[in-house]
Amino acid sequence: MPAVQETVARVREIDVDKYKYGFTTKIESVKAPKGLSEDVIRFISAKKKEPEWLLDWRLEAYRRWLTLQEPTWANVKHPKINFQDLYYYAAPKSTEGPKSLSEVDPALLATYAKLGIPLKEQEVLAGVKGAPRVAVDAVFDSVSVVTTFKEELAKAGVIFCSMSEAVQNHPELVKKYLGSVVPITDNFYATLNSAVFSDGSFAYVPEGIRCPMELSTYFRINEKQTGQFERTLIIADKGAYVSYLEGCTAPTRDENQLHAAVVELVALDNAEIKYSTVQNWYPGDKQGKGGVYNFVTKRGDCRGKNSKISWTQVETGSAITWKYPSCILRGDGSRGEFYSIAISNGHQQVDSGTKMIHLGKDTSSRIISKGIAAGHSNNTYRGLVSAHRRATNARNFTNCDSLLIGDKCGAHTVPYIEAKNASATFEHEATTSKISDDQLFYCLSRGLSPEEAVALIVNGFVRDVLQHLPMEFMAETQKLIGISLEGSVG
Amino acid sequence: MIGCIPDFAGMTKESQFEAENIAMLEIKNLHVVVDGREILKGLDLELPKGQVHAIMGPNGSGKSTLAYVLTGKQDYEVTAGTVTWNGEDLLAMDPSERAAAGVFLAFQYPMEIPGVATMTFLRTATNAVRKARGESEYSTPDFLRFVREKAAALKIDPEMLRRPLNVGFSGGEKKRNEILQMALLDPSLCVMDETDSGLDIDAVRIVAEGVNALRGPERAMLVITHYQRLLNHIVPDRVHVLSDGRVARSGGPELALELEESGYAEFGEQAA
Repeated sequence: MPAVQETVARVREIDVDKYKYGFTTKIESVKAPKGLSEDVIRFISAKKKEPEWLLDWRLEAYRRWLTLQEPTWANVKHPKINFQDLYYYAAPKSTEGPKSLSEVDPALLATYAKLGIPLKEQEVLAGVKGAPRVAVDAVFDSVSVVTTFKEELAKAGVIFCSMSEAVQNHPELVKKYLGSVVPITDNFYATLNSAVFSDGSFAYVPEGIRCPMELSTYFRINEKQTGQFERTLIIADKGAYVSYLEGCTAPTRDENQLHAAVVELVALDNAEIKYSTVQNWYPGDKQGKGGVYNFVTKRGDCRGKNSKISWTQVETGSAITWKYPSCILRGDGSRGEFYSIAISNGHQQVDSGTKMIHLGKDTSSRIISKGIAAGHSNNTYRGLVSAHRRATNARNFTNCDSLLIGDKCGAHTVPYIEAKNASATFEHEATTSKISDDQLFYCLSRGLSPEEAVALIVNGFVRDVLQHLPMEFMAETQKLIGISLEGSVG
Repeated sequence: MIGCIPDFAGMTKESQFEAENIAMLEIKNLHVVVDGREILKGLDLELPKGQVHAIMGPNGSGKSTLAYVLTGKQDYEVTAGTVTWNGEDLLAMDPSERAAAGVFLAFQYPMEIPGVATMTFLRTATNAVRKARGESEYSTPDFLRFVREKAAALKIDPEMLRRPLNVGFSGGEKKRNEILQMALLDPSLCVMDETDSGLDIDAVRIVAEGVNALRGPERAMLVITHYQRLLNHIVPDRVHVLSDGRVARSGGPELALELEESGYAEFGEQAA
C-alpha cells in the first residue's frame, strides 16, 4: 500500500491544525440581501431567469418551510441556526457571462487547480498523457462556474450541465423529474433547499447509453456567512449507466457554514447509477470551533424494473454530518447499495446512514457501513430497512462496523427494521472494536510510526468499502483517511 | 551472580578493552515493574554480536517481560538499570526507532490485522525500516521478488501472503511469518519469544532452519524458550536461566540438556 507511505508524507507536510483546503479566493461577488424572504427567493429566481412554474415551486416550498420545525432526533448537538443571518445567494461577479473554459475567471481556475480538480479538458482533448478523463461541473458558492467535456458528452447524447442551464435548455426534463424523488414537503432542510437552491449538477443519460466517462461535480463554499444549497438531479433512462463523483471543500472559518443539499437520482428499467462522494468540508478546529454543517438529503429512486442505484460515500469533513443517502426500490428486481466510510475526529459529529425502502418484488439491498471515531467525536450509524406488504422476497444484508480510536469518542448504531411481508429476508451484523494497544505495538515494533500504524489498520478496516470506489478516488481516499486521523494517537 | 560473564573472565586488560568496544547488547541491573508488580529484579546480561544466547526459565520468571522491555512496549516500566545496544541507550528510543536501530522481536502471539494483506504489511514495514536507516525503498516488483525468495526458504505458500495479516493463520503459519519478517527487516538484534510454542516437530525444524540461515557474525540473537527442544535445532552459544527476575545461572549449550533432565524445580517452578 504505497498510499500509506504517501499519506504519512502528506500528513507531515501539513501542519496538524491546518485544513489543507482552508484558503479563500479573493473574488468579487454578487450576493442576495441577507436573510430569507419571498423577495430573496424572487431575487434568486430572477437572477437565474427562471420560468414562472419554478418560482411558484420555490415559493410553495418556502411557505411550507415556514411551518416546519428543525428535526431534533439526530444524535448531534449544535446551537440554534439563525436562518435570517445567512446569505442565500453568492456568485462570483465574473461568471455572469457565458461559460466556456477560456472565459472563466483565472482566479477561479487557480482555485480549482489548487484543490487538485481537473478542469483542463483541453489537455485531455489534445491528448496530454495522464490527464484524467473525467467531466467536471465546478460549483463555486451558489453557481456553477464551468462544466467540462460538454461537447464530448453531447456526442453520446448525454446531457451534463449545471442545474441553471438545464432549467433553460431542458425544462421538460427538469419539470418532469425535479422533486419527484425528494418532494418539496420532504423534510426541513430539503424543503429549505427547494425554496432557495442555487445551482448544482444535472445529468441525463438517454436510453441504452453507457456514459462514456465519469461525471463529477466539485463543490466549493468560498463566501462568508453563505449557505450552499445545491440541487443535483441525475436521470438514467432505460438501460443507461452512469457513474458520478462528488467532492466538497470549504475555507477555514471561525463561523459555522450551512450546507443543505438535495440530490435526486432516477433509474428507469435496467438502468444503473453509481454515485460516489468524498466529502471533506472544513471540520472545524481542534476545539470544535467553526466547520460546515452538512445537512443533506440524498435519495435514489429505482423506478424501473431491474434498476440499480449504488451509493458510496467517504465522509471525513464537516463539523456535523446529517446525511442518509437512500434507495426507493420501486421497480421489481431492483437493487440498492450503500457503502460508507465515515470518519470523525476532533469534535466532529456524524449521524449518517441509509434507508432501503423495498416496495417492488424481488428487490435486494446491501449496506456496508464503516464508522471510525477518534478524538472527542461522536459517530452514529442510523439506518432503516423496510419491506412493503407487496415486496415479496425482499432481501437485505447489513453490516455495520465501528472502530474506536482512544477513549473519548463514541460510536453508535441505530438500525430500524420493518418487514410487512413475511417473505422478506433481512440480515443485520454489527461489530464495535478498538484499535488495540497490542496491534499498535506490533506495527511499531516493525518500524511503523504511530500515524502509519493507524492509517494501515484503518485502511484495512474500511477495505470492503474502498473496493467500491472508482479508481480515481481510491488512492485519494486512502490518503484522506490518514490525514483525517492525524493526531488521533500518541 | 555467578557465571554471568565467564567469557571475559581470563582475558588480558587489552582484550577486555577490545571486548568492551565490540557491538553487543548490554543489560545492567534491570528492574521492571508491570501493573505495580516487579517482574525483573536486577537482571544482568551481555550478548555480543555473532552469538546466539538462549533464555530459559520457568513460567513467570520474566522471559516475555524481557522481550517486551527490549522492544519498548508501553506499560513496562523500567525503574532501574540500563540497556544499551552497540553503546546506544535502547530505553531512550521509541519502538519504531528501535526497529530502525536493528532490534526485532518475533512475537509469541503475533497480532491479527483484519483487511490488511500480509504482503502489504510486509512491504510497509520493510520500507519504513529501510527509509529510517537511510536506505532506498523497494519498488513493488523488486519487493515481490525479494519476498518470494525469502518466503520460499521458509516454505511459505505465496497464497498466505495475500491473506489478511495473521487472520485465520495456523500456529505454524504465524511463526513462519514472524521469521519471514525477521529476514525482511534485516535486524542486528533478534529476540525470539517462545517461537517454538504451538509448533509440531516439522514446523519447529522449518522455523529453526530459517533462524539458522540468519545467523552471522554481524547478528546477535536471543532465543527465549521454555523447552530445550528448539535448542536441538538452534544450538546456542550460551544458555541463561532466568528465575524470579534475574539470571540465576549461565552456561554452555549443555545447560539446556541438563534442565531437560532436572526440570526447573531448583529455579522455583511451582508444581503444576
